[in-house]
Amino acid sequence: MTASTMPGAGHAAMARIRPLLMTGLLGLAIIGVAGFAHMDVVHNAGHDYRHSMAFPCH
Amino acid sequence: MSVFRNTVFLAVIAGLFAGIVMAGLQGMFTVPLILAAEAYEQTGAPAPDHDHGQEVAASDHHHGEDAWMPADGAERTVYTVLVNIVTAIGFALVLVAASEAAGGIAGWRQGLLWGLSGFAVFTLAPGLGLPPELPGMPAADLLARQAWWIATVCATAAGLALIVFGRRALLAVAGVALIVAPHALGAPQPASHETAVPAALHHDFVVAVTLTNLVFWLVLGAAVGVARARFAEAMDAPQSHLA
Repeated sequence: MTASTMPGAGHAAMARIRPLLMTGLLGLAIIGVAGFAHMDVVHNAGHDYRHSMAFPCH
Repeated sequence: MSVFRNTVFLAVIAGLFAGIVMAGLQGMFTVPLILAAEAYEQTGAPAPDHDHGQEVAASDHHHGEDAWMPADGAERTVYTVLVNIVTAIGFALVLVAASEAAGGIAGWRQGLLWGLSGFAVFTLAPGLGLPPELPGMPAADLLARQAWWIATVCATAAGLALIVFGRRALLAVAGVALIVAPHALGAPQPASHETAVPAALHHDFVVAVTLTNLVFWLVLGAAVGVARARFAEAMDAPQSHLA
């Protein structure tokens, strides 16, 4: 609360948002391909993993 | 040092560790149950002439017969381990990004709390509506289930964030509403739950999946906390942001 009112602090926080978003999106992309892609080859390779993680499978 | 590079580095280390642990847990507790269910799927199905073409409506369990798939045994295990590690790094990237936005995980104890949140978001909440399922069990349309799963994960994550970081009581109430909403709508369910897979086997599987995921998230959260502390020390910037 107080930090964001300090000059510079808000700017530094903004500078962190973009790389953190990129990190998060990279993670979501990996989870999406490994757990949710409909390609048969990916599904077959990760079949037991998808079931074990309770990802919707088949 | 760039924030992106540091967060990816941290996530790769923690995800690698947690993924290897999870692969071991799955090998011991969940994969044997999947293989047992596949035996029922192949021999004990209600339709004796196990024809995938006709059975699609009931279980929709087709592996894409023409597509490549790993041979049973060592090859199948290797791919399960690889997917485990890769996806654990994916979960770690999401965890690190979310926790860094909130100031970063300081130590293993805080990591356990973040891990519990990850477990609630990615396992507990979607698992309430769509319990872990074994091969050969009937299920609703795949796309509908995936959409509900993703929506539930997003709503639960947003709801938890509002409860923990929202500064007003009203925001906490909104957070609870967000967590409840997907379950009020209801997950897509199959027309019939009839299956050749014994109920006891399915129950064991639900317990095994839930507990292995709990351990995975606790290990992942703690690993991020420990690795981050070491990392900050090495950069001569203790307790600071990863920047």
